[in-house]
Amino acid sequence: MNAEIRPIRTPAEQALVAALETLPAGGDRLAELRRTAARSFTENGLPHRRVEEWKYTDLRTILREAVPLAGPAAVARAEAGLKLLGEARARRIVVANGAVVPELSDLADLEPGLSIVSLAGAIAQGDERLSRLGGLVPARYDAALALNTALAKDGVLIEVAPGATIERPVQVASVFVGEAPAASYARNLVIVGAGARFTYVESFEGPEGVAYQTNSATEFLVGDEAHFDVVRAQDESATAVHLSTLLFDVGREALLHAFGFATGASVARTSLYATLSGNDSKVAFNGAALLKGRQHGDSTLFVDHAVPGCESRELFKHVLDDSSRGVFQGKIVVRQAAQKTDGRMMSRALVLGDDAEMDNKPELEIFADDVQCGHGATCGAIDEELLFYLRARGIPLKEAQSLLVQAFVGEAIETVEHDGLRDALVARAEGWLKARA
Amino acid sequence: MAMLEIDNLHAKIEGDEGREILKGLTLQVNPGEVHAIMGPNGSGKSTLSYILAGKEDYEVTEGSVTLDGEDLLEMEIDERAAKGVFLAFQYPIEVPGVATMTFLRSALNAQRKKRGEEEVSTPDFLRLIRERAANLGISQDMLKRGVNVGFSGGEKKRMEILQMAVLEPKLCILDETDSGLDIDALKIVSEGVNALRSPDRGMIVITHYQRLLNHIVPDFVHVMNNGRIVRSGGKELALELEANGYAEYQQSAA
Repeated sequence: MNAEIRPIRTPAEQALVAALETLPAGGDRLAELRRTAARSFTENGLPHRRVEEWKYTDLRTILREAVPLAGPAAVARAEAGLKLLGEARARRIVVANGAVVPELSDLADLEPGLSIVSLAGAIAQGDERLSRLGGLVPARYDAALALNTALAKDGVLIEVAPGATIERPVQVASVFVGEAPAASYARNLVIVGAGARFTYVESFEGPEGVAYQTNSATEFLVGDEAHFDVVRAQDESATAVHLSTLLFDVGREALLHAFGFATGASVARTSLYATLSGNDSKVAFNGAALLKGRQHGDSTLFVDHAVPGCESRELFKHVLDDSSRGVFQGKIVVRQAAQKTDGRMMSRALVLGDDAEMDNKPELEIFADDVQCGHGATCGAIDEELLFYLRARGIPLKEAQSLLVQAFVGEAIETVEHDGLRDALVARAEGWLKARA
Repeated sequence: MAMLEIDNLHAKIEGDEGREILKGLTLQVNPGEVHAIMGPNGSGKSTLSYILAGKEDYEVTEGSVTLDGEDLLEMEIDERAAKGVFLAFQYPIEVPGVATMTFLRSALNAQRKKRGEEEVSTPDFLRLIRERAANLGISQDMLKRGVNVGFSGGEKKRMEILQMAVLEPKLCILDETDSGLDIDALKIVSEGVNALRSPDRGMIVITHYQRLLNHIVPDFVHVMNNGRIVRSGGKELALELEANGYAEYQQSAA
């Protein structure tokens, strides 16, 4: 596959390569990171269906047409576009078209131990924490991440001091503003100190009818014994393309739970890379996606058990209506040193639409001999016996279906620890079902 | 015309070219009456209950069923429930993730809505459930769980009776409600059913054994075999069956 002759570049690839060629020479480590990423994109281009990791999500076809970089967003319009998770009352930092909007961001009265700065600001001030940016690199070339590294100019840098407990979640709320198709890139770095307690939230949204593109990447450095939760809500417009990359490095005896909730985008791909590099940590990567129309949602996870005694759990639920398509790819690698690893993943899909499709690809790669690992995948329609039971009590068909779908995704959403966020996601799932009925 | 009028009902499993399960069953149930249907395994008792409730796996090939003069077989499953048909299942199913309270409330309000009645308010609903649940020894903890999730066999049957008590149907069909119950659970369930006996309500009690009929005393007993009712009588017929078994009916059918 590596020896394959590169096909002719698509218009989008040509435009991206041209944009990357304008990156300035010289500069610091970040500038060098950008150029390295640009070079690797120029060499490898966008992945297509013959690239295993992108088999079900052919980015080359999806991103065929070039779109310009998004320009700055008007503050009032950015504010008007923000609807997601407001009820959870998180501390909100707004990123519009890839740039932090200070006027809309709640940066006042930060709790002791919490630091939030814009990435652009950190770069301007030569923040020494930037030395930790770009440190997490997937084993194989990832086009979405390479483009993000090369093109993102802003985003959010959050640090929680060792031992600090920050009760109120911090939400990085991304919104696209504009009428014409454009692409925005944002890069975040979240550093959670040893023993800290923190909840980080990301949300994504934008206007209906505009074929915009979002490319977001966040690096998480999770310290020893930290207790860290990540909650993501992706509700991009049904005409948008959403690409996001999450990179985790997890220390010793940490507790990490990441939950992704997705209802949006025409095509969405989230790639999650987690390296468990400290012993005896417990991590869970869960998610729920509710898709309809011709939406395509891809969650791809790589969990690397590098050290002994860690536990990883993955539970993904897809609800697929109409002719939507869900993709779950999960790979657990257990290195030779990672004895006593306990890794389990489960993907369940509920297929409502006659033409909907689910693709599951679980993989286990185990080099240690004393481990417990398992994976499972199910895919099916709503249970007819359950439907009959509910209808026999007088509940009409659509409502009975809604109750059962809600119960199905509820099992995943229930894993969100923060009450306000969990309730907000349950309400979003209910809203999705109401719109369907 | 009787409240429930089953006339010469023939049915088979949907799409199955093979044999009929019901072969000309006729039965009338009036308000206030309790009819017991007894019969050996495979005689078609459960099929009858499913067809009345509207399960889609069966095909009626001949005959008719009316409820208050309306064609029951033409109605959707939930429409039948709103008209007052209630089937207490032989094996109540677990519905994980749907809280019992949500389920009860959705069912009650959906039925009321269909009948053009107002939805029940939260305080009224809670009061209703608390009162009816207490009578059946159903704890608050059970109500908080998913429908039937982790319930014992007896708890599931009590939950069926609670649903019946809350929905107040016109026609109750109890399918082998005694199966899997020990004597204490049988008592509780029977008392629950007896409390619901009323001049406005008809009941069909399907059972294999006479034991249940000591507790829920029927007005009529019907013996079902090979897809039809082969004998009808008063409550004393149940005792006769207990003594002699179903052998004579099975022989005569063969």
